[in-house]
Amino acid sequence: MIGSLDPKIPGGPLANKWTNHKDHSRLISPNNRRKFEIIIVGSGLAGGSAAATLGELGYRVKCFCYQDSPRRAHSIAAQGGINAAKNYQNDGDSVYRLFYDTIKGGDFRSREANVYRLAEVSGNIIDQCVAQGVPFAREYSGYLANRSFGGAQVSRTFYARGQTGQQLLLGCYQALCRQIAAGTVQMFPQTEMLDLVVVDGHAKGIVTRNLRTGKIDNHSGDAVVLATGGYGNVFYLSTNARGCNVTATYRAYKKGALFANPCFTQIHPTCIPHSGEYQSKLTLMSESLRNDGRVWVPKRKEDCAKSPNEIPESGRDYYLERKYPSYGNLSPRDISSRAAKEVCDEGRGVGPGGRGVYLDFTDAIERLAGENAYDIPMRIYPAVHYTMGGLWVDYNLMSNVPGLFVIGEANFSDHGANRLGASALMQGLADGYFVLPYTLPNYLAAHIGKRPPTDHPEFRKAETEVRAKTDKLLKIDGNCSLDSIHRELGMLLWDKCGMARNKAGLEEALGKIPELRTRFWREVRVPGENEDFNQSLERAGRVADFLEFAELMCIDALTRDESCGAHFREEHQTSEGEALRDDENFATVFAWQFQGNGEIARPKLHREPLHFETVHLTQRSYK
Amino acid sequence: MNFRLRVWRQKDRQSVGKLVEYEAPDIPAAASFLEMLDIVNERLLLRGEDPIAFDSDCREGICGTCALTINGEAHGPDHPGAACELYMRKFQDGDTITIEPFRVRCFPVIKDLVIDRSALDRIVQAGGFISARTGSAPEANSIPIAKPDVDLAMEAAACIGCGACAAACPNGSAMLFTAAKVSHLAQLPQGDPERGRRVLKMVRTMDGEGFGNCTNTYECEAVCPAEISASFIAKLNREYARASLRRSAGE
Ligand SMILES: Cc1cc2nc3c(=O)[nH]c(=O)nc-3n(C[C@H](O)[C@H](O)[C@H](O)COP(=O)(O)OP(=O)(O)OC[C@H]3O[C@@H](n4cnc5c(N)ncnc54)[C@H](O)[C@@H]3O)c2cc1C
Repeated sequence: MIGSLDPKIPGGPLANKWTNHKDHSRLISPNNRRKFEIIIVGSGLAGGSAAATLGELGYRVKCFCYQDSPRRAHSIAAQGGINAAKNYQNDGDSVYRLFYDTIKGGDFRSREANVYRLAEVSGNIIDQCVAQGVPFAREYSGYLANRSFGGAQVSRTFYARGQTGQQLLLGCYQALCRQIAAGTVQMFPQTEMLDLVVVDGHAKGIVTRNLRTGKIDNHSGDAVVLATGGYGNVFYLSTNARGCNVTATYRAYKKGALFANPCFTQIHPTCIPHSGEYQSKLTLMSESLRNDGRVWVPKRKEDCAKSPNEIPESGRDYYLERKYPSYGNLSPRDISSRAAKEVCDEGRGVGPGGRGVYLDFTDAIERLAGENAYDIPMRIYPAVHYTMGGLWVDYNLMSNVPGLFVIGEANFSDHGANRLGASALMQGLADGYFVLPYTLPNYLAAHIGKRPPTDHPEFRKAETEVRAKTDKLLKIDGNCSLDSIHRELGMLLWDKCGMARNKAGLEEALGKIPELRTRFWREVRVPGENEDFNQSLERAGRVADFLEFAELMCIDALTRDESCGAHFREEHQTSEGEALRDDENFATVFAWQFQGNGEIARPKLHREPLHFETVHLTQRSYK
Repeated sequence: MNFRLRVWRQKDRQSVGKLVEYEAPDIPAAASFLEMLDIVNERLLLRGEDPIAFDSDCREGICGTCALTINGEAHGPDHPGAACELYMRKFQDGDTITIEPFRVRCFPVIKDLVIDRSALDRIVQAGGFISARTGSAPEANSIPIAKPDVDLAMEAAACIGCGACAAACPNGSAMLFTAAKVSHLAQLPQGDPERGRRVLKMVRTMDGEGFGNCTNTYECEAVCPAEISASFIAKLNREYARASLRRSAGE
């Protein structure tokens, strides 16, 4: 069923591709739009902006989220900011530079054309958000302010206090509310997508469970859009919200959608260190703090137990500034996280277990306020934060399953092997406001009147499978909690498929994951029944998917026998310990196809070679 | 640390609920309040009892999902902050802690500590937005906005939509919630064209949902995790009066 992996990149020079493509895409006339029903799963920046925009255009939209309100999607938690190539600071920024920084930041593992388009529409996002009333920070002049983020030497990040994600999401939620009131968007909160329905090879619907009542429903549509966010919670502990999951994308994968680069996961350098087993999540300190702060550890192991104030300036190793003089504390996340791990591995880490480094604001405070307000620098340590991998999509953001579109963190498209700070918000809104509304009609125009009834046999089949899976979960009659198995899985992945990976470790993990899965299906206890507000059942379904997905991640990490960006295979490093890419063999996207029938078999690998026509592949240097 | 909990258990919206006592021994002082509930739930599960339903998501005070009344106070004793930002070290060893959902007529209980706050969404749907068609926006820097104005708008916009204001109010009023949105948008030039319509519709919907009136007790401000100032309620009243006057003047 899968043809060659054609990314459908339009022809012409890089800077003209998107314009040409829009000019030649098919349109749907206003009075025909209401004949189409679009299913959008997710109400974060990506799903919310897509639903609001498509509703406004006149399509009939059904939008789903698992929270009790679309305003609570995980995008709400983003702190630091959103990038755009406005060059308001006159510091040499341009669309090309944002494009180049993003492609380089991703260690040359993303598509030029997609990334260029992202940079190209970045300015429109800021315009749109300001028009909606997003209160971005301003200077005394009344013009918009910017801050600096990692991986760039220009100041191009727009922000609203430390609550940028909240304000962007509320802007988008309010636009969505306007469409809900207008009747173009029907909102289904507390409704979880549990399966994708494919009819004659096209995505035509979903099966959902109402989380309040347990009711299982079928929804049919002319196209299905997944905007379900990232899967960082496969590690159990991450900076993601508790409910973030892989369920929607994983079940689409089981229905034939390809999963791309699942091992590309971002570990953020500045989080509050882990403190105990009871801990349910990790908290991020915004990267914008790194901009103001300086990261260090003691030069000598013997000093690690001392109070930081007792360690004189000469005894401190500002290792990021030492190793990467031109980017310093603003080096990209993968590099900064690995550097923290390295100094801790050398025995120079601070705090419990020696797993922490200091983030010091003394300089910044002195600079800003002329006084020393913080007595003691804070301890930080890297934590799982973002997932670059996701469902494979072409330039139109459509997966290999026609009619299935994937946007936001849920797709794999723009960040390669490492995402730069403040670019996820940009991508989510680019996809939802400015890309999908152009590419979706092109598909719809060729498939008018193909929406199947919800009693089509494929719906029946999917619904039966969903019910069977729910029953099976409720029937496991063990005596062990979901969290305990999930925690074990997380620790295993953190050790073997985290900041550093190697062949032996990944093989070990691949041996252990099936064991954990077997234990899960034998030993956990899922109380209650389906026809109820049953949070244990809800979580059980997600953990079951994580337990399968983890295997795919490790297979991907094992097969990608090179280091790039956040994927650091210890076997492949430069003499200075940097990631050593192998462009000859791995300048390619890995897209995995589910095999097997219920049982999990080794997935099949498809490759999409990456062609670089504009940028030169170089060893990334932030020195 | 050791605690005794009295937790509101209610099977569903129709059922009658009651407070049930649980022992919560051996709780790390560094655990958050919700992590304490996770621990209690894990133990209940292993004993074959039904875990306590409570909702949460971001667990860092921004998504507004958690909605607990702790010892009679919305979000508990550590203001400002949502229940997820409350740590057990804030309590004394041996304390009895009563945990209930937010008590507001317009927020019916779904199960145990989980409530239905869709009424708040409907207030926003009534007009809590600026109608800016995607793609129609002018260049962002074409409208300079004085920094104090945008800072004030941000203070109002910081609302996390948890509904604690209504839970703390003796009248179950959602004035602070509505005032925050009205003030945020009225403070900005972009929000000006729809200013009058917006406030009239939002207030009408708020009243229609059955929220109570504001009698200036300031309880809302005291529990608000986002520190929204009650002065925005005065702003809402002014906006409402202005819009009503203009409407009656036939504008
Ligand atoms: C703490 C934190 C800080 C961050 N800060 C920044 C920052 O400063 N700048 C930046 O650019 N990026 C930041 N990021 C990353 C960024 O916030 C996310 O990548 C981005 O918001 C994801 O948006 P999304 O729309 O793709 O997904 P989300 O916002 O995660 O939304 C997912 C949606 O899908 C729904 N959903 C999920 N599964 C299902 C299902 N099975 N059924 C039904 N619905 C489902 C959810 O209910 C939700 O509505 C941060 C991330 C974190 C964790």
